[in-house]
Amino acid sequence: MGVTQILFWFLSVMAVFSALMVITSKNPVYSVLWLIATFFAISGHYILFNAQFLAIVNIIVYAGAIMVLFLFVIMLMNLNRETEPQKNRWLKMAGAAAGGCLLLVLVAALKDTDMKQQQALINKGNIGLIKILGKELFTTYVVPFEISSVLFLSAMIGAVVIGKKE
Amino acid sequence: MPVNYYIFLAIALFSIGIVGVLTRRNAIIIFMCIELMLNAVNLMLVAFSKMHHAKALAADAATTVGTDGQLFVFFIMVVAAAEVSVGLAIIVMMYRNIHSVDVNFLNRLKH
Repeated sequence: MGVTQILFWFLSVMAVFSALMVITSKNPVYSVLWLIATFFAISGHYILFNAQFLAIVNIIVYAGAIMVLFLFVIMLMNLNRETEPQKNRWLKMAGAAAGGCLLLVLVAALKDTDMKQQQALINKGNIGLIKILGKELFTTYVVPFEISSVLFLSAMIGAVVIGKKE
Repeated sequence: MPVNYYIFLAIALFSIGIVGVLTRRNAIIIFMCIELMLNAVNLMLVAFSKMHHAKALAADAATTVGTDGQLFVFFIMVVAAAEVSVGLAIIVMMYRNIHSVDVNFLNRLKH
């Protein structure tokens, strides 16, 4: 078992464990912190794939910007363990059973897929580097890129209009 | 690394997100679970992109097959950032009106 395998298992266990802690923590602030840990584990997976641009963007955009926004909102509302609304036990169990069924169905459907022998390239291949991605982004995907700037503008205006007092 | 390991990891993360949406009542936690599901899909897209790249790399050393998958992930992140800004504004407005983030109080459409 090489270093890559050890890193893969470590990051996978970290991602799944932190994701479980996100949904089981009673305090919303802890949930945010565990979600940041999950995002760091996923960024580690991207680095293993040599997708360095996505790894950095994932940390900057998700762990940096989005989760800080979540943390701001939670602290602004002063949410904590006492104010946390709880579903009753049966609804929780029903939700967990439904999610478990989805997990079971997806795993059963994809366990014997033809792609089983295919290898995802680890540590090699330079398509994740910013040079190649940038060239592709600004030639083939330049129209969606420009449209996404309009999307951002409308999201910004929408957030301001919705958040404004009457 | 076989690609089906990544498939199962992404399925596990996605299912955890689903369970979170179904079992929590705090609107912000539900929103965070949606982000978790988006990230599971992102991981899957990158794994498939590297899988196709590995196949094409055997034939041609200078190929750029698989770039599309990673750019899709980039656009998903862009859309997620826009979605979070609007969604959190809606949650803040909801908190201002009903002084709670409990989704069970949002039942006015039902009556």
